[in-house]
Amino acid sequence: MNQPAIEFRRVTKSYFRGNQEVPILRDFNLSIPAGRFLAVMGPSGSGKTTILNLVAGLDRPTSGTIHAAGVTVSQQRESELARWRARHIGFVFQFYNLIPVLTAAENVELPLLLSTLAKRERTTHVQAALGLVGLSDRLHHYPRQLSGGQEQRVGIARAIVSDPTILLADEPTGNLDRSAAEAVMALLTRLHLELKKTILMVTHDPRAADYAQEILHFDKGTVS
Amino acid sequence: MMKLLWSYSVRNVWVRSSTNVLTVAGLALVSLVLLAVLMLGNGLNRALIESGSTDNILLLRKGATTEIASGIYRDQAHIIKTLAGIAQTSAGEPLAIPELVVLISLKKAGAESPANVVVRGTHPNTFAMRPQATLTQGHLWQRGTTEIVIGAQIAKRFLPGGFGAHLRIGKREWQVVGVFDAQGTAFDSEIWGDVDQLMAAYGRDSYSSLTVHLAHPTAFQQLDEAIGTDTRLLLQVKRERDYYREKSITMATFIRLLGLTFTGIFAFGAILGGTMTMYGAVASRTREIGMLRALGFSSAAILASFLCESLLIGALSGLLAIGGGTALQFVTLSTMNFSTFSELAFRLTLTPVSILITLAFALGISLLGGIPPALRAARLPVTSALRAPGQ
Repeated sequence: MNQPAIEFRRVTKSYFRGNQEVPILRDFNLSIPAGRFLAVMGPSGSGKTTILNLVAGLDRPTSGTIHAAGVTVSQQRESELARWRARHIGFVFQFYNLIPVLTAAENVELPLLLSTLAKRERTTHVQAALGLVGLSDRLHHYPRQLSGGQEQRVGIARAIVSDPTILLADEPTGNLDRSAAEAVMALLTRLHLELKKTILMVTHDPRAADYAQEILHFDKGTVS
Repeated sequence: MMKLLWSYSVRNVWVRSSTNVLTVAGLALVSLVLLAVLMLGNGLNRALIESGSTDNILLLRKGATTEIASGIYRDQAHIIKTLAGIAQTSAGEPLAIPELVVLISLKKAGAESPANVVVRGTHPNTFAMRPQATLTQGHLWQRGTTEIVIGAQIAKRFLPGGFGAHLRIGKREWQVVGVFDAQGTAFDSEIWGDVDQLMAAYGRDSYSSLTVHLAHPTAFQQLDEAIGTDTRLLLQVKRERDYYREKSITMATFIRLLGLTFTGIFAFGAILGGTMTMYGAVASRTREIGMLRALGFSSAAILASFLCESLLIGALSGLLAIGGGTALQFVTLSTMNFSTFSELAFRLTLTPVSILITLAFALGISLLGGIPPALRAARLPVTSALRAPGQ
């Protein structure tokens, strides 16, 4: 049997507010096969984003182990994690997080700067990624010259440009109107179906969640 | 990677130009204060220390600290001229020139009160011994006449259009027949004429000093010993450059201390200004930093990027200050030469070393100001940085 793309084994995560321990995840188990598109829904503060952070190694579990893209994330050192993230994880953020002083092409090129690709190869990858999201004609536009939907598509191009194994999307439609949100979700679905990407998406939006193969409802650290 | 990160820093400086312009202007002014102090020192250095040559030695009466207070008798001068180790002119004359230095009171053009000016009775061969001085207008004085030539600063500040003018020096009338340029040294603020005529005008029977041009650099020791062991002479021997350096130490130290104290105080303010600017930059780009870390950029890359930005601000400030310094080169100042109590004019002088010091200072200050915010940016926890309020 193939190893799952993402696996949580008895993961507990707590934060401290002053001296008080606030549990977010308790003995949490999750297994996502490679090529799966999973949506996680739940109220604010339920721990949805924590799951994304733990998968990407941006946060550490209090106990338990997390496997993703072939490594035990919870046991890697910071420097190893940074390299691993650059190769295997693509991020799509709610507020796009594009750098305003860089053009669309330069924003998309950022993850490739951490690879060994030469400039010409990077340019080819950037053009391909922006072509895939339908923004071939916006290469040299700055974020302020793009609509919200276009900005998010640039964000998605940046997430896929290094051909990562896993795409993590944190409220990708949270800042978009309905038609832009539908275009973004159609794009994520295409990436899942055509490029066989494993997608883990956190959302409040039931319409966005409907695009996923499976929806996980999350509340107070447990799956319902 | 560095190319895009560098471009990222440059564009961020440009985008935040309204804030950065103030920081750059502040740091540029502080750097200009430092540069002005250095230029002042260079100018004084040029005017005083570089007046003296390492190939010349100056003889003064034992115990005298200045030419004005010194005295050398004619027979002593004759003995000196016979010593070995002295360079000779093409005509075979020894380059050992006895000189008389007197002060006259001259009214400065456009000013009410007069100032003291050095008149040096010397020999035309002095131009061979002091190659920094060249005649730029008119002709040299004829020996045995009351003709004089004036330094460039005297021509500019005391006798504008004074070529051909008559001056009362001692008991005689003297005519200006030439102007010489001494490349910013103290000689530019002097009047030169025939030593014998000047002695007669003042009724003196002794010279003030005697300057000797060495035949070769090692001749100093030889002459020093010969003069020191001759009981008829009772003279002290100094390299001309050392004499002028000693005269300038007090003034140069005072100016440097004063200038550097002010620069230090201003620099502290500039560091705080730079720190605040860069903290502002970090605060407004917290989410951006979080995103870069999430993509896999290391803390070191973030640190380098913000330091690059600080250094860019420093480099701009340094260049601006050097631009200001270039303009300051046209400023001529005057001060009291405490060795002769005469007026000494000098130019603020820009040198490659002062340019490098100013650039290093501006970069250093911007780096110091940039380190705390850059460290803060590099150490931001990624998860909380990603949740930071919008840009």
